[in-house]
This record gives sequence, structure tokens and C-alpha cells, in this order.
Amino acid sequence: MAETEVLMAGFGGQGMLLAGKILAHAAMDSGLEVSWLPSYGPEMRGGTANVIVRISAEPIASPLVSAPRNLIVMNLPSLEKFAATVKPGGVIVVNTSLIPKDPERPDCLVVKLDSRKLAKEAGSERAANFAMLGAFVGAVEPVSPGATEKAMEEEFQGPKAKFVPGNVAAFRAGLAVGKAAKQEAGAS
Amino acid sequence: MSKVLMKGNEALGEAAIRAGCVHFFGYPITPQTEVPEYLVKRLPEVGGAFVQAESEVAAVNMIYGAAGVGVKVLTSSSSPGISLMAEGLSYIAACELPCVFINIMRAGPGLGGILPAQSDYWQATKGHGHGDYRIIVLAPSSVQESVNLMLLAFELAETYRIPAMICADGMIGQMMEPVEFPVEGRGAEMRDNDWALTGCEGRKRRIVNSLYLSPEELNAHNLKLKAKFDRIAAKECRFEIYGAQEGAEILVVAFGTMARICKSAIDEVNAEGGKVALFRPITLSPFPYDALRETIHALPEQGRIFDVEMSMGQMLEDVRLANEGAREIEFHGAAGGVVPSPDDVAARLEALASRRDRA
Repeated sequence: MAETEVLMAGFGGQGMLLAGKILAHAAMDSGLEVSWLPSYGPEMRGGTANVIVRISAEPIASPLVSAPRNLIVMNLPSLEKFAATVKPGGVIVVNTSLIPKDPERPDCLVVKLDSRKLAKEAGSERAANFAMLGAFVGAVEPVSPGATEKAMEEEFQGPKAKFVPGNVAAFRAGLAVGKAAKQEAGAS
Repeated sequence: MSKVLMKGNEALGEAAIRAGCVHFFGYPITPQTEVPEYLVKRLPEVGGAFVQAESEVAAVNMIYGAAGVGVKVLTSSSSPGISLMAEGLSYIAACELPCVFINIMRAGPGLGGILPAQSDYWQATKGHGHGDYRIIVLAPSSVQESVNLMLLAFELAETYRIPAMICADGMIGQMMEPVEFPVEGRGAEMRDNDWALTGCEGRKRRIVNSLYLSPEELNAHNLKLKAKFDRIAAKECRFEIYGAQEGAEILVVAFGTMARICKSAIDEVNAEGGKVALFRPITLSPFPYDALRETIHALPEQGRIFDVEMSMGQMLEDVRLANEGAREIEFHGAAGGVVPSPDDVAARLEALASRRDRA
């Protein structure tokens, strides 16, 4: 993995910025260069929030990208806004809990998961963002799953430590979906 | 020490503490509010003082007072807030007091918007308050460089007894990157404070004041300030050159966030056989005129300069001064919080290169 990036987008409060921070933390702990650039602006409650995480073995020049290699979308407005910008050959992770349609990108690997259901089954409905992150890590492997889980432990400490098991379980459920999608794409 | 993942704003706050600064006065404004938010938690842990003033005008006068008693002191604001601090900055500069300002620039003019911009270049480098004075202005382009330049800002402010300013933008303030801090912080004590108001019992009293009613005395004071800044300009210019090391045909000039975006565009164009270099001023004031002039003169006769800014072309005037008409200059800028993308810059670079080929 020489260099990759992912644009992670959803409603404010769906946890894309936090999931991006976990990914960035895992990349840092893996000895990689990383930048985490959030959208910030006069956003209203329920508005959209996104973050671009770039990961590279070399120092990162621009933290901003014109066309991301990969995309994670939690909601329909994000899919409609960003699906067309992804570079051909990229991975698009789609949250089917809230997105009823497919991205029209036959040139990309589309990984679909009902993140809320998966997270609920894993024991923490609120960890849907980590199920999405798991699917991305499984399909793209920008960092190892182990490094990602360790980053969760390091980020959630003290009173937040109780969230780690649920987050990790949701992450693993998503990871399995991402890995399966990658294998299937490799086989076809 | 291992690396930690931090926002630029938070890293600036921590770096100030490592520089020995435990006094902060400020007033909240987006997109720099994480600086005071971080320091209000951290300063009590290191025995420091944090005051949220009632306004930027009050904050800058608190800086004036704290700097006058010879302690290391910091304030932070964003564009409209720096405008409000301008009067105080002139007084502080007149009194030759060391202190550090942060401007996390947002889009103007007026109340403008909260998104990143570089449109305070003129304000930072040419004038904030009234009168004949200059300050040191440092422009980081990453979170790590924000830390390094904060340490340098306190060092230079103390060495030369002059205000220093970190001039970054909302993007650097808001983004997270891994950073490393120096293992050993610097002490809170100034190296010498034989000018500071420390209580005059047993010694001659000192006065910190900017009022000079005698024109001859005020002229002499201005000459002294000028001579000091000339010394700073001769010794403290900093810059980075990136991209094509030899035979560059296009020289991009950009600073801060814009320089990083240009690096990506340059990598892309050079990978296709382009010959593009970047000149990135790190000290916006003093501006590295001589180094830029030398770099420009290394371009072929038909070579071009391409200045890119998140403004309508402010640094462009200093680039022209360094160029002295030697090469043609092209400009690309955006304002209002619009940030040119790597593709925008690459497209302009390719157009410039093909025009050169036709010539």
C-alpha cells in the first residue's frame, strides 16, 4: 500500500469524523504518514459532515484531494454528492440502513452493508460508524485490523473504555463484509 | 517521545507551553477556538494563567501588560479579531516587547466567513496598527511545522524583543496530523529582562511607553526599530524549495496550505515529465527576497513564475519586488473560503508548460 485516501461522509452525529480519527490513529501507530482533514463550516444539526483521511508511506503533500480513491457514505445526500467523484477502480462503502439506491459506478468496487443492523447484532447500535470502517479496512487494507482495534482502545479510555467491546465487535462484523466483497471481486 | 495525533490549533497551544509560555489572553473566534479551548485545560496543569478577555481589544492590552513585565505571553485569534488587536500591536511593537500572536486566517473582508483563506497576508506583513514598524511573521504548512515555528516564534521574539506572529489558516488549524514535541521544554524565564517592569525597589525605575513628544527622539526610535528589522531580515529569512532541483522551467510560489496543495500538483506534473519547482516562503516577514530572486534567476529566460494564493494576490506584490521584472509572472487565486484543488493547480501548470512549448 503506497498511498491511499478515503472520503468519509454522513450526517453530523453519525460518527464519520470519529471513525476517520481511529483510522488516522491506526495509520500513525503503523509508522505511516497521515492527514485528517474535516469539512468545517456553518453546519446545522443534522447537516452533512465529512473528513478526508490520507495515508502514505511518504510525507503527504496536499491533505485535500480533487478525486478520492475511496468513499464511505452513511447517508443519501453524501452518496449523491460524492459517488461521482471517486477515482475509477476505487472502493465505495455504502450504508444500506439509510441509502436505498446503488451508486452508478460499475468501475468501482461497491461494498454494501446495513451498518445499523450489523452493529445492533454485534451489541452496539451506536457503533454503525465502526461497522462501516470495518468494511473499508476489510476491502482496502490501508492498515491492519489489529492496528485499528488497538487505536480504538487508545482513543477510548477512562469512562469511554466501556464502549470498546461494542465498537470492536461492530468493526469486526463490517470487516467480514469488506473482506468477502474483496474476495468476490477478486474471483470474478 | 512518540507521535501524537493532534489538530493544528491544539498543537500550537501545546507548543507554546513547551516554549515556556504559561500566560494566555484571548477571545474566542472560529476557526481558532481550539487554541484557547486546549490551553484553558492545560495551563492550570503547568501553573499558568488563562484569561478569556471581554474582547480582542482587552486581550491585546493584557498581552501588552504581561509582555511589559517580561513574561512569555501568547494570544490567538482569527482575521476580524486580529483587526481589533491592531492598535495594541502597534503599541507593543513601539515598546519592543516580545510576545507571540496566532492568526488562524479566515475569509474576509469584513465579518466574511469562517473558511480558510490567506487574505491577511498584507495585514500580517505590511501593517496592522499605525506607524513605522514590522513584526516577524511565520507561515506553517503542516501541523508539525506549526509546532516547530511556535518554538521559533518565542525564540525570535525574545532574541530581538519584537512581536512574532504565526500566520496559518483554518485548514491547518482544523486538520489533524501526527506531531512530535521536543522532549525538553524551554524555561518560563526570559534570558534577560533588564528592560522589564519587575518592581524597582533598589534600582532605577524603568518605563515602558510609546509616547515620544520630541520629534528627534521619535525619529531616533524609528531608526532603531528599522535597524533592528534590517538585522532580522539579514539573518532570519527562511524558505523551502521543492520539486525539480535543476532545470526548472516553472517556479511556483506559494505559502502555507496553498504550498502543500501545489506540491501535490507539482508531483503530478513532474511525474509526466514537467520541470516545475516550488518556492515556499516560511518567513512571510522578513520576506526572503534575495533567495527568491536567486531562484528566479536560475530559471531559463523563457521560464515563468506562477504565484498561487488563497487571496486575490497579496504575496504577489512581494514576488514582483523580488522578480524586478526578470521573468513573466502568472497568478491563480481564490478567496472567500474557496481552496484551489491540486487538479486546479495542475491544470494551470500544464497550460503554462504547453504555452511555453509553442513559444
